[in-house]
Amino acid sequence: MSDWSFGISLTIVGVSGTFLTLGILIVVIELTKKIFPLPESKKDSAGR
Amino acid sequence: MLESIIAGISGLGAGTMYLATKGLPNIIMLFVGGVLLYLAIKREIEPLLLLPIGFGCVLVNVPLSDLMEQGGMLRFFYDVGIITEIFPLLIFVGIGAMTDFGPLLENPKILLFGAAGQLGIFCTLLLALALGFPQLDAVCIGIIGACDGPTAIYVTSQYAPHLLGPVSVAAYSYMSLVPIIQPPIMKALTTEKERTTRMAITKESVSKNTRILFPIIVTIATGLIAPKGLPLMGTIMLGNLMKESGVVARLTGASENEIANIVTLFLGLAIGGTMEGHTFLKSETLLIFGLGFLAISLDTVAGVFFGKIMYRLTGGKINPLIGAAGISAYPMAARVVQAQGQRYDKKNFLLMHAMGANTGGQIGSVMAAAVMLSVLKGMGLI
Repeated sequence: MSDWSFGISLTIVGVSGTFLTLGILIVVIELTKKIFPLPESKKDSAGR
Repeated sequence: MLESIIAGISGLGAGTMYLATKGLPNIIMLFVGGVLLYLAIKREIEPLLLLPIGFGCVLVNVPLSDLMEQGGMLRFFYDVGIITEIFPLLIFVGIGAMTDFGPLLENPKILLFGAAGQLGIFCTLLLALALGFPQLDAVCIGIIGACDGPTAIYVTSQYAPHLLGPVSVAAYSYMSLVPIIQPPIMKALTTEKERTTRMAITKESVSKNTRILFPIIVTIATGLIAPKGLPLMGTIMLGNLMKESGVVARLTGASENEIANIVTLFLGLAIGGTMEGHTFLKSETLLIFGLGFLAISLDTVAGVFFGKIMYRLTGGKINPLIGAAGISAYPMAARVVQAQGQRYDKKNFLLMHAMGANTGGQIGSVMAAAVMLSVLKGMGLI
């Protein structure tokens, strides 16, 4: 594989892979927050 | 007997003779070691790393000491901790135990800044290839753009161990220069209006269950996508799980103090040990330092540009400056963003948002390295 095809392939897959993985993490974190919300009693003190 | 005495005396002067005859590279590196010690002691630039690196550099450049030969002290640290990749991983456990991912969990979307802040890795990889570096060397040089010392050491020790000295010194030096490198770029790429954008204060908080599940979920999810990077992500998340669970205070304390301190000392000495004059002083070392500087600058450029895109997409609700915090230099990059924000509007408080982006940068840098390693494995190159 030539250096340029190596570099460009790694850049395309690397950048999109990093964005995709972090995008998936965002969704999973939001889901986890919905499944395990902060208890009402603690929401009051957190908002103060 | 006289011959024995003369032979003995010549043994005592052998080091000095070596320096005088063929020791110019060692003399230069003794000076470089001195500069690193000066930066650590007088300027307090990353002293925990630069002091042992500087002293390791001094040790290995005293001729005929054989410290990096088989059986030598520095060689032992190198073989035990760097060849095996254990030192950077143990440091990651400590980093995980020290990091509060709370700001990131409160506003997870900010994690994307941690991806944008890694673009410098890939741009530098292409530049290194253009300059003629072999493919795996170029990968390791690009990794300087992760702004993450342990990640750079982990990847370089596996795939380009001959570059370990320059890559790790460049990574740690430029990380410490973030407050100097970033502000001019941030100013050049943003308008006055963008810089003075105030961001709403997030009042949402997260439950303890979410905080505990976060490291477990991240480990499994990222491990499934990029298994070659699991040691990196797994150790940082192990440290964070210990911290958030609250049930192993002794282990958490040991990870962020005793273990991290001892490993940092041995790691620094071992890296310094790779800086022997005859092997370190090459034109490629200077190129690596130049490319490392570019890598971190390009990270900032990409982060701020991504911030500008988010500024437009959100109708001016996100200050583009926080894009500069999407790198792994934690918490330094977040503090830089806060300082720059207040430079243009004294009542602008960007710190919590920048902290979120900065912890996102920590995950992003590890993730970028993990993705790269898994892609290289897929290509059959490692």
